[in-house]
Amino acid sequence: MLEITNLHATVADKPILNGVTLDVPAGEVHAIMGPNGSGKSTLAYVLAGRPGYAVSEGAATFDGHDLLAMEPYERAAAGLFLGFQYPVEIPGVSYLQFLRESLNSQRRSRGEDELSAGDFIKLAREQAKLLGMDAEMLKRPVNVGFSGGEKKRAEMVQMSILAPKFALLDETDSGLDIDALKAVGKGINRIMRAPDKGVLLITHYERLLEYVRPDRVHVLQAGRITRSGDIELARELESTGYAEAAA
Amino acid sequence: MTVPFPTRKQEEWRYADLDALRPVWEQFAEPRTLTIGAGESFEDVWLPTADDVHVRRMQIALEPGARTRLFVLNTAPVYGRIELDVSLDEGSEFDLFGAIVGTGLSTNEIVTVVKHIGVGGRSRQTIRSVLNGKATGSYLGRVEVARGAQQTDAEQSVKAMLLDRGATANCKPELEIFADDVKCAHGATVGELDAMQLFYAESRGLDPVSARALLLEGFVMGLWDGIENAAQHEAIATAAKDALRRVV
Repeated sequence: MLEITNLHATVADKPILNGVTLDVPAGEVHAIMGPNGSGKSTLAYVLAGRPGYAVSEGAATFDGHDLLAMEPYERAAAGLFLGFQYPVEIPGVSYLQFLRESLNSQRRSRGEDELSAGDFIKLAREQAKLLGMDAEMLKRPVNVGFSGGEKKRAEMVQMSILAPKFALLDETDSGLDIDALKAVGKGINRIMRAPDKGVLLITHYERLLEYVRPDRVHVLQAGRITRSGDIELARELESTGYAEAAA
Repeated sequence: MTVPFPTRKQEEWRYADLDALRPVWEQFAEPRTLTIGAGESFEDVWLPTADDVHVRRMQIALEPGARTRLFVLNTAPVYGRIELDVSLDEGSEFDLFGAIVGTGLSTNEIVTVVKHIGVGGRSRQTIRSVLNGKATGSYLGRVEVARGAQQTDAEQSVKAMLLDRGATANCKPELEIFADDVKCAHGATVGELDAMQLFYAESRGLDPVSARALLLEGFVMGLWDGIENAAQHEAIATAAKDALRRVV
């Protein structure tokens, strides 16, 4: 599903990714752990197409298509979703408008019919409720005045409404209290655990992984995958730390 | 009596497109006047026309306790000018919500003189400009607080968004205060679309043009939130959206 081969990337001419190779097949959830500055967020941004994140070598394909040749909105229409570590505030634009236009733009790109305003609001309310978010918050401007936890929950609501094939989740667990963490974990399982979907979960902590139960765990250090294993690797890192794990 | 044709040496005409104004000056030379009686409320929405040059000049006198709210959209293809001279008597309130959306080589401006002549008046001017190409958008706002107009509360918020390097935003607040117990605030910013907001919107599936349009709507459309008449709200919101689609 998502195949990354020897990916090198720079930010402001500084090399951050130094040959990442990773294959996430359909139906699997993979986790990437790693210390601060190891390139986790850069990997997510490169895969989503953030301007300024330049690929200098290597390849990334999504369902066989050259991901790196696509514009960010084309990647979204192809089914890729990036859950932001720091969700962005957009004053003056309500969540309902933002998500309806986003969803319909994706549907147009795929040659599907647009969703009517009524159908969309119904969908949005259902999904907000399932994730324990007050649907009234969807009338507010995108992320403006939201707490850290509310922003992350809202990212999950976006994911459930946009229904991607593949989710890149960049530290979706940071800044969450225990209840919110549980809700997010359950949300990821409900929305993305399917034979035709995949997840790459970037995290610092093992706790979310106890809810989501990844099929594989990788350690990213200095822009490279240094170890891979199952959830036991995550538990080991939690007790020993990255420095020892690398040794 | 003919009002003399303005010159650029006059501060309030400094950024005007006088060449465009000259052929039509006669019909605009004399400002319209309006008096809002004591305790009365008045709300109006000014829409753009199809004319290349569109000038609206008005003098408004607010009697004690009167309220006026104006919502204006200035988006003339060549030259647009909205000029307001407002006097506020005791306890009266004046709100202006104005947008300038300029494209090509156009010049659009909003020029206000707000005179607080009585105690306890309240005035607000909120202006948002979006400019592309080589368009110029200007806001000149003078606030005068007369001797004795204590407890005046005046505020200006002016923000401009420049979409191209050739576009120009002018913003000139001016305060003239002759009372000592007053609140007069003004803030002005000139910026461009935020790269992170654009990427966030595009990552959700919006193509670059739609993403820019959405962010610009967010920047401007909040101006119309307070319009009570639904039909008028719809009219100015639609006109503003159309104008924004042209500058994206």
